[in-house]
Amino acid sequence: MIESDQFVQALEDIGFNFFTGVPDSILGGIITTLMERQLYTPAVREDEAVAMAAGAYMAGKVPVVLMQNSGLGTSLNAIISLNVIYRQPCLLLVSWRGFEGKDAPEHLVMGRTMTHLLDAVSIPHRTFSEATAVEDFRWAAQTFMNERIPFALLLKKGIVKGIQP
Amino acid sequence: MRPEQGTMQSRAQAMAVLLELLTDQPVIICNGFPSREAYKLADRPTHFYMIGSMGVAPAIGLGVALAKPMKKVVVLDGDGNVLMGMGTLATVGAMKPKNFVHVVFDNEVYGSTGNQPTLSRSVRLDQVAKAAGYVNVERVREREDIAYEFKDMLGKDGPSLLLIKVTENAEDVGRVELDPPVITDRFRKAITGH
Repeated sequence: MIESDQFVQALEDIGFNFFTGVPDSILGGIITTLMERQLYTPAVREDEAVAMAAGAYMAGKVPVVLMQNSGLGTSLNAIISLNVIYRQPCLLLVSWRGFEGKDAPEHLVMGRTMTHLLDAVSIPHRTFSEATAVEDFRWAAQTFMNERIPFALLLKKGIVKGIQP
Repeated sequence: MRPEQGTMQSRAQAMAVLLELLTDQPVIICNGFPSREAYKLADRPTHFYMIGSMGVAPAIGLGVALAKPMKKVVVLDGDGNVLMGMGTLATVGAMKPKNFVHVVFDNEVYGSTGNQPTLSRSVRLDQVAKAAGYVNVERVREREDIAYEFKDMLGKDGPSLLLIKVTENAEDVGRVELDPPVITDRFRKAITGH
């Protein structure tokens, strides 16, 4: 398991410098680290977070939005009618609740359909793992530069040390 | 319950007063008629015109304001928009960006879709902003009051919210003729210099 400190440092090392989002238990350790480093602006909804990221990008920042995958539902309209069509890139760090059907009932449909949903709206995505971490971060940096739209790095439980590891 | 006296302006008339007082400040303008009217009144590279994603104009503005704390950021918003993204009033009120001026044109209707009533007739959005933690909050309708309060807010620490009661009248305006990526690029260049 990766320490959240290492994970955040890797994101900072490749240039990400504006972090906002809505918490999830899987993301809890990362958010704690970001708050300790005074890098995190908490949002109340995920569509607010992606819009803040859009503003920060246009003001010269390289933004990351953290959210549970349920937040993809909440923010989908902002993502596709703001960030995508205006070409405002951000890294969506999305926790994969409901992975393989092992989660609370409210997470099961999104857990099963999330990657299809992302494919349907042409949001590039990749699932993060410890073994592929270096390539995953390189992919994030390259996708930001080349695609100039939001793209998702999916994070399953137990990969980065969380509040409830 | 309309405590204001005096002549109510149309949104475009009120907006013209504001735009005259602005120079190179970043301005985020909400979707629908407000962006189209601003584009017609005075197109500037520092204008970010929204065409969709209703409700998130202040969130975009907050992102700019946090990234560029030395620039006064102005958001031109509507009552239907604020009601849709009302949580952002809390985010702004809690973050307290000093360089944030939020203008709400309140015509009590969804003007871009046929004037269906909004809830702002019975919910005082200026009071919601005040309760959320905006530092300066004013509610105006007269042309002179609009100019006075907006100039004041541009000059002092915020976050500030100026609620302008306006008529339902919308200008006969076309769509914003710029492609969205062009709007992003020129706004970004105007704000960051590259």
